[in-house]
Amino acid sequence: MMDGIDTNAIIGAAHDKVKHDSAIKHVTGKAVYIDDLPTLPGTLEAVFITSSHAHAIIKSIDISKSASMAGVAAVLSVKDIPGQNDIAPIHDDEPLLADGVAEYVGQPIAILAADTYDQAFTAAKEVAIEYEVLEPVLSIEEALEKEQYTGPTQLMQRGDSAGAIDSATQKISGEISCGGQDHFYLESNIALAVPGEDTDMLVYSSTQHPSEVQHVVSHLLGVAFNDITVEVRRMGGGFGGKESQPTIIAGAAAMLAAKTGRPVNCRLRRDADMVITGKRHDYLFKYHVGFDDSGQIEGVDIDMAMRSGNVADLSIGVLARTLCHGDNCYYLPNVTFRGYPCKTNTVSNTAFRGFGAPQGMLVIETIIEHIARILGKSVEEIRAVNYYGTDDRNITPYGQTVKDNIIVELTERLAKEVGLEDRIVAVDKFNAENKTLKKGIAMMPVKFGVSFNTPLLNQAGALVHVYTDGSVHLNHGGTEMGQGLFTKVAQVVATVFQIDINNIKISSTRTDKVPNTLATAASVGSDLNGMAAFNAANTIKARMTEVAASHFAVDQADIKFRQNRVYAGNDSLSFADLAQLSWVERVSLSATGYYKTPDLTWDLKTMTGSPFYYFTYGACISEVVIDTLTGESRVLTADILQDCGNSLNPAVDYGQIEGGFVQGMGWLTSEELVWDDKGRLLTHGPSTYKIPGSRDVPPELNIHILEDAPNRVPTIFRSKAVGEPPIMLAISVWLALRDAVARLADGTRMPKLNAPATPEAILRAVDDICSKVSE
Amino acid sequence: MIQFYLNGKLHSEDNLPPTTSVLDYLRERVGLTGTKEGCAEGDCGTCSIVLVREEDSNPVYEVVNSCLMMMPQLDGKCVVTVEGLESEAGFLNPIQDAMVQSDGTQCGFCTPGFVMALYALRQGGEEISDGVIHTALAGNLCRCTGYRPIIEAAHEACRTHTQDAYGGLTDLDAENHYQVDDQQFFAPESLTEIADIYATIPDAYLLAGGTDLGILTSKERQPLTMILHTSNVKELNEINETEEAIEFGAAVTYTRALPYIERLYPSFATLISRIGSRQIRNIGTLGGNVGNASPIGDTPPCLIALDATLKLYSKEGERELPIEDFFLDYRKTDLKPGEIIKSIGIPKLIENQEFRTYKISKRYDQDISSVIGAYRVEIESDKISNIRTGFGGMAATPKRALVCEKALIGEPWKEETMVSAASAVIEDFQPIDDHRASKHYRLRVAGNLFTRLYRDIANVEDVIEVMAS
Repeated sequence: MMDGIDTNAIIGAAHDKVKHDSAIKHVTGKAVYIDDLPTLPGTLEAVFITSSHAHAIIKSIDISKSASMAGVAAVLSVKDIPGQNDIAPIHDDEPLLADGVAEYVGQPIAILAADTYDQAFTAAKEVAIEYEVLEPVLSIEEALEKEQYTGPTQLMQRGDSAGAIDSATQKISGEISCGGQDHFYLESNIALAVPGEDTDMLVYSSTQHPSEVQHVVSHLLGVAFNDITVEVRRMGGGFGGKESQPTIIAGAAAMLAAKTGRPVNCRLRRDADMVITGKRHDYLFKYHVGFDDSGQIEGVDIDMAMRSGNVADLSIGVLARTLCHGDNCYYLPNVTFRGYPCKTNTVSNTAFRGFGAPQGMLVIETIIEHIARILGKSVEEIRAVNYYGTDDRNITPYGQTVKDNIIVELTERLAKEVGLEDRIVAVDKFNAENKTLKKGIAMMPVKFGVSFNTPLLNQAGALVHVYTDGSVHLNHGGTEMGQGLFTKVAQVVATVFQIDINNIKISSTRTDKVPNTLATAASVGSDLNGMAAFNAANTIKARMTEVAASHFAVDQADIKFRQNRVYAGNDSLSFADLAQLSWVERVSLSATGYYKTPDLTWDLKTMTGSPFYYFTYGACISEVVIDTLTGESRVLTADILQDCGNSLNPAVDYGQIEGGFVQGMGWLTSEELVWDDKGRLLTHGPSTYKIPGSRDVPPELNIHILEDAPNRVPTIFRSKAVGEPPIMLAISVWLALRDAVARLADGTRMPKLNAPATPEAILRAVDDICSKVSE
Repeated sequence: MIQFYLNGKLHSEDNLPPTTSVLDYLRERVGLTGTKEGCAEGDCGTCSIVLVREEDSNPVYEVVNSCLMMMPQLDGKCVVTVEGLESEAGFLNPIQDAMVQSDGTQCGFCTPGFVMALYALRQGGEEISDGVIHTALAGNLCRCTGYRPIIEAAHEACRTHTQDAYGGLTDLDAENHYQVDDQQFFAPESLTEIADIYATIPDAYLLAGGTDLGILTSKERQPLTMILHTSNVKELNEINETEEAIEFGAAVTYTRALPYIERLYPSFATLISRIGSRQIRNIGTLGGNVGNASPIGDTPPCLIALDATLKLYSKEGERELPIEDFFLDYRKTDLKPGEIIKSIGIPKLIENQEFRTYKISKRYDQDISSVIGAYRVEIESDKISNIRTGFGGMAATPKRALVCEKALIGEPWKEETMVSAASAVIEDFQPIDDHRASKHYRLRVAGNLFTRLYRDIANVEDVIEVMAS
């Protein structure tokens, strides 16, 4: 079976540290992104005309002046949409172009195409829109007060949390908030729509979800899915920002292309991208917790309110994942989690690496720390009494049994390896010796559920051809955004055929090759597509085996694929010769493969089920220093131990871990989205929105992948997903910053520090705790 | 006509609008799409290219942002893009190879920019450390890798050094006037020439490095008609040092000024190495930073605290002005029509004088200050005999905290003195709330920085900047 496969005999087998397939193209500038494609004659450049108000009735749209300007080929508004004005990924009625009312600053109202970008940019300013300005709802608090939501509120409940809190010997209440995060993929959103014969349209879209783009374009144009083909070779970063949002850009390009009969390129410039498209959800949490004197939680009640923005988009799924990760690694006997998808007059927030889970973990980790501070115990002590058990205390609030729990061993091992206890002593010593600089240290344990929360999304397809020279063409529904998926899936196919990976051609994701695909998201790209490609390759391998057995006149069981050859005892053929022979024997060398994750259940109404195929685990210990005069901070060290199962590609996984960690660190420290009181985003470019730079990476960053840890369920070669979990390891940085603040007092006061912990937020927390100490 | 070497090949252009950005030219006119646009405001580095110039008969490789440069700025220059790095036989440049070997690429979109920044670093032959690498990469953002493998690649590739042919291609002359339709670009070579032109067209845009003005053309797509470029004026590029002072011509770049400032005012040098990025500092000028009179410019508070003097020049002649009197109001200066900044003279520190400056921002590198404090303090017999300050981010102009200064002069040099002086900050400043910081925070920090000043000079405790190096 696949667990025992020989992976040492070929170049680029599963579990090898294979380089990213495009690495040489990346460093030479030869990797082609959509904006690098050769320009077809007559290509137009498109721009958006967007709302300047957060909430307003659109009284009129006058395009007459702009339409007559130099180079302008078309200006379209909602009335020009031939099909349905709906780009909703899950629900209905989420408009591409505002219909009668504008609901956020930056909402597309019209689209314009001209011969050159400069012409389009200039003409767009002349589209005259008359508004009747309405009062906007901008904050989570306001929306909660008005009970204004983009979808149903959610309730996850087990036991009697109110009763348990009431009767507990210890109680705490608190509030914590976290900011959003812009994806800041270096390649902003882009699509190129090329009209073909009849109503055909080829759309190059920088998207994690080509089928979604295909569906939306067909809805907008009022044509069938088979009229639209979507292609993406690679994205310049995605991080969830290109899961649902590309439909806005591709939809605009396709409509303008359909209208003009000319190719249309629509590339959002950075500021437009940041203003028009959604981000990670910001949240406000309120908690009440009852626990005993050991710190064991008896009852917990949390309100989890997200800023959904003007429409639902993926918010309902994001919120469900927040509720599903409000336990993190802890057994909560009596639970009430309420989720509120607040509708606001701000851009609709969307998927972002972690998909709501990081926010859910922030609140439960705050609770754990709060309990520790109240009881005057260490955070690790409180964790220890609350961690999920292996045989009992192992059922999540949504009813799934945690069967693969390794968090205790994993955290104990990490703590031991970094010498956590000695490190804490050293931190205290430093703090005693320094007056204005203070250090803090914290661990973050992570348990992350793998699979899309909604079972039906957990399916994938692949297409494999073997040519008669033995070269292989590989295609699947997953998309490449830098995460190395294409490399990993190619390793799977190389391993099945036992041929060197350079024989396998990786090809663009296209909706006409593998249909009805799902987004490359939820960390399951390699789990799903790897398995689909495995199945496709095995189908062909079985046929080739039959040919070989007949050729060598042996049983099929005696045929072995090894080192680019196919053996029957000591006789052998090259893989290429067998391919040629199969063709001669009139055997098909092309196959599709399909995979669906087994054993998943989920009921959104009751918020119960077993939505995750397995859990993945990790932990990180971070040490920081803050300046109590200015609130500036530095992350000094971070030590990570991450479970990757039997890693498909440790080089790629290592990159996912360190990249995810740094991205999470940015979310929790320097990345601050600021809106003004009119709902205008003030931080809409890298000059004002600060993602981590190279100096921000901890000077000591030690990353280890947990070894000898095969996935307990039969995933592809027993590997585990790794895309999102490392984001949450960075919560250790935020906890360590709060620890540094807490150490200004005697450690029993809970500092008031929300995320992001900017210098200003840290200084505020410092001043707050110092003023209480002096009282 | 604009003439330049591009990856070793001579290019001549005479029909490009002068406001065409180098990035658009590369991508759209000559099809070199390895160079990317990530932000069009000089903050992400995906558009990085390298310019090679000659200094003391040695080639100097400088990385710049092609999005912020206008094509006539390339006149006479030698340009290298990512497409110019592979050898003729197709071998990867050592930097490219190291990036591949260290798994330094994921999505790959930022990669050509990183490769160019590292290429310039390697050709420069600097002694390598993590700190130097961070400084070299501060202008390049990566969202995938977390930088560690890129840093590793830098260490690996910079172990060796190779000369390349581009170092020899610095033989072109620049022209001093370029015109296409109604757009004119003047690049005079002498002070009298520039003053004469500016007197005739006082509403021309003065272009020094273009790190600010470039945004008007790159992002705002403004077809500026009259541009007067200062970089080629010989007098504006001079650096003169005497016993008492150092004088920088207004067109001296941060990069060229840095070694002098490092020697004379180390704390100021630390600050300058945090201004923008190498891409910005290689082309941005001291005169430009003063001239655009931003309340959050980094050098003006330092220059005020150091009691710098500006020489202003026009057809009417030359005059001198203490820099403190130069900033009149928000982005308003004492410059008269047709007048330019000729030079900035900074007195050297005398015995008993210490200079410190602190920049506070959300990110250490390449960020705009929320608060900047600069201090020249004289300590005699354990007393503050004099202190001169400069603050940025606290008012509509960079300015001194005069009430604080007064409260400190003559007082004993100890921490308690600084703490009490800090409470005077509120009498000096009424800052604003914005996306960088609140008014409350700015006031609080400006006050607290006096404590840091004492502890830093008295060597009681490290400042947090040490942790960043």
